[in-house]
Amino acid sequence: MAAGAASGGSAKSDTYAEARTWLLLPAWAVLGIFVLAPVLMMLVYSFLTKEFRGGVIWDFSFAAYDQFFCNRGLFGDEPCSIEWTYINIFWRSIWQAGAATLLSLVIGFPTAYFIATRPEKVRPIWVFLITIPYWVNLLIRTVSMKFMLRDQGPLNDFLISTGLIDTPIHIVNTNFAVQLGLFYSYLPFMVLPIYASVERYNFNLSEAAADLYASKWVTLRRILLPAVKPGVIAGCILVFVPSLGSFLAPDLLGGAKNFMIGSLIEEQFKGNAGNWPFGAAASMILLTMVLIILLIFARQQAKAEKGTG
Amino acid sequence: MSDKDTIAVDVRDAVKRYGDFTALQRISLSIYDNEFFTLLGPSGCGKTTLLRMIAGFEDVTEGAIFLFGDEIEKLPPNKRPVNTVFQNYALFPHMTVTENVGFGLEMRGKSKSEARQRAGEMLELVQLSQFADRKPAQLSGGQQQRVALARALAPQPKVLLLDEPLSALDLKLRQAMRFELKELQRETGITFIFVTHDQEEALTMSDRIAVMSAGKLQQLGEAKEIYERPHNMFVADFIGETNLLEVSVDKIADGRAICHLGGGHELTCNEVPGVGVGSKVHMSVRPERLFLSDEPTESESLKGQVRDNIFVGTDIQTIIDLADGPQMIVRTSNSDRGNKRIFEPGAQAYVNMEQEAARLLVD
Amino acid sequence: MARGKNDIKSFPGFLPMTILCLVILYAPLVVVTIYSLNDSNSITNWEGISFRWYADVFTGPESEKFKIAAWNSFTIAIIAATVSTTIATLAATAMVRGGRFRLRTVSFGLISLPLMVPEIVTAVATLIFFNSIGFTRGYLTILMAHIAFCIPFAYMPISARMQGIEDSYEQAAMDLYATKRQAFTKILMPLMLPGIISGYILAFIISLDDFIITNFVKGAGVETLPTAIFGSVKQGIKPNIMAISTMLLAVSIIMVTISYFVSKSDNTK
Repeated sequence: MAAGAASGGSAKSDTYAEARTWLLLPAWAVLGIFVLAPVLMMLVYSFLTKEFRGGVIWDFSFAAYDQFFCNRGLFGDEPCSIEWTYINIFWRSIWQAGAATLLSLVIGFPTAYFIATRPEKVRPIWVFLITIPYWVNLLIRTVSMKFMLRDQGPLNDFLISTGLIDTPIHIVNTNFAVQLGLFYSYLPFMVLPIYASVERYNFNLSEAAADLYASKWVTLRRILLPAVKPGVIAGCILVFVPSLGSFLAPDLLGGAKNFMIGSLIEEQFKGNAGNWPFGAAASMILLTMVLIILLIFARQQAKAEKGTG
Repeated sequence: MSDKDTIAVDVRDAVKRYGDFTALQRISLSIYDNEFFTLLGPSGCGKTTLLRMIAGFEDVTEGAIFLFGDEIEKLPPNKRPVNTVFQNYALFPHMTVTENVGFGLEMRGKSKSEARQRAGEMLELVQLSQFADRKPAQLSGGQQQRVALARALAPQPKVLLLDEPLSALDLKLRQAMRFELKELQRETGITFIFVTHDQEEALTMSDRIAVMSAGKLQQLGEAKEIYERPHNMFVADFIGETNLLEVSVDKIADGRAICHLGGGHELTCNEVPGVGVGSKVHMSVRPERLFLSDEPTESESLKGQVRDNIFVGTDIQTIIDLADGPQMIVRTSNSDRGNKRIFEPGAQAYVNMEQEAARLLVD
Repeated sequence: MARGKNDIKSFPGFLPMTILCLVILYAPLVVVTIYSLNDSNSITNWEGISFRWYADVFTGPESEKFKIAAWNSFTIAIIAATVSTTIATLAATAMVRGGRFRLRTVSFGLISLPLMVPEIVTAVATLIFFNSIGFTRGYLTILMAHIAFCIPFAYMPISARMQGIEDSYEQAAMDLYATKRQAFTKILMPLMLPGIISGYILAFIISLDDFIITNFVKGAGVETLPTAIFGSVKQGIKPNIMAISTMLLAVSIIMVTISYFVSKSDNTK
């Protein structure tokens, strides 16, 4: 979704140049107050002291970051050694998001390619079919997925009735269930940018390669793939980034064992038990990771755009 | 014909810069009332920029533009009594043909019924009355073109600007529209300023032509003058086909210049201000003003060897290498074959030209 | 044009992959729809078709809760979509028709910020923000948060549409004596309409569907449909939840389909 819009497009004309400040003012105000200011406030909160019933005390402190990275022993008086608990949760999130991305790529690439090689008139219909589920409530989709995959759910019923298995396969509350949920949540983000770049690809190049004795699969690997690489990278980023901070799929499909960043953050703000500065700090770390990935990605896209003219 | 006493549009020292890039370099020209005036040049020469400055879509960086004596370069487009026919017509897709044609009148405060009535008259003028209630997308390219014309003429502008209006049409239609446009200009008596990159279009329709290149005015004059007496290399090369020969001027006497063109060949032609003895310049000779013969004739004759003949429909082009000199192209009309001989490749022949055919160019 | 074995574009296995992809995407939705019609108290056993769980949503013991949640969800979605579409239309006009200017990149970054920041982070940040300025959480806080994050979703189709409209239409209007305001209202707006409608619909769906941000900023006692559903699901999936989910699913699909056909209708042709 962000792929085509990465540069924001160019200004088409300057007809309304003198009014642009007034036209942009409402957007600046609303987004500034309700998105930008809150993120900055979150940064501030991550350096405050926690209050035990939720909320903060306005005392400057590194405690939240210290808790995240440092293990200071049972009584909190030992020198800092690396605390692995939260790093492991982040690491598991990265791993899960990566696996979901790979799964999306393996299924999404052939799909995107297939759609892009349909006759021009029916392509929008295929794209529409792929995107419809995305617009269905994520919560409902995740619940549906959980319902499907249960031990006594339709999937196991179906597999048993066909005689493929005798006893239900446990899928819910496994890593795989979470990956499947994430894949299901963000698949259109993989398909759309790849579709867009395959559609732009000049198939004369493949013909030229075939003419020069390359087989189909060699042509795919040596000619097509390098040409559509920006689309593939865009797709991977667009699946990976939201997967990393997702909450619903790990919470509903993963259970307590498969805790991810989203659940860790959510817990800090639940009821009176939470630790707001720590939640803010974890959010800041997640946000920083995401912004770094997006920045590298934007640089690469800009370079690729320059390269292709 | 144009009325040379009244100046419709007067462009004075107009400059247009976009940042570091200069699109128009100090252009001054006067366009007379009732004239069919053409801005001709290759793409990027600044002709459309100049037209859009007159229309009000581009600011004037420096200089001034007058419309019948009133300074207008600071006015927004909706305050200028000029109308434009856009290259892609820009017909409002969500309005009917009548609504399109009546739009300008409505904006000028005319009532809806008045606008409709006048739009009906305009559609009659361009013979599209039966399409009044259609949407633009339901019309052919030629019909859209005429709606655009009717829309621009409906508010009775003092000057009509046409931005390559024929370029989207196919060849046959384009040729028919040239004639129609010229007629329309005569009937309405409105000054037309026409922008095109097509020299044939310019030559057939215009009272006067301004040839532009690289943001500069290259030559301004009537069609015949520009074709037969091009001022510089660019104009000679851009308009029609020509032989451009490198020459050095040996001597000037009695208004005639004797020029050398390598290989010992010599040619005499009219002197041109700005080209003195000893200057190395180019000479333009139109290929249709040359003819071939076995023997030298009384006119200027240059000896050479025929390399090839190329059949191009109405003409035959003969490529001939002058002995130790440059190559030239001679054009012989097919209808003329009874009088003029065609030489086979390899044959020796003389290239002959009339006295006025060669023209010295200021580079 | 025959597609033979020599067609260099087609690869064996890509069609089955596409079908697998669609099956994975649609199977859960289809299954939930089917089971919402199950005439049984248990979700596991199939006991024939009935609409009793749909009736239960409207008249059952939880109906009051769902009614209030639905009212909250739909009023918030309508207001948020209306406000954010208006803001997005103005912003798109400045961005696409406002020439080059220094704050253009910054403005674009700000508009797309809600798409770049992970939703959970936006949720935390918004909660902290309202807390820090002492604003009591409730209906209003949900509404304000929704307006903000719906802006980019409304902005995208609107600006894409505006990019596609040649500026010569407005120039022609001004050449024919229209003022800038008239060129905007009489020419640009009518041509923009499909983009604005589809932007509105997308914003509406995004607001209607949002769970994470709403869950953080809703405060005690105020529920929207997704938060109410989540609360119920935590105790286990019940048949009435499947009925309500199916209805919500239908609303989304109908709206997206409308949006698709509206944006496909090209009124410039």
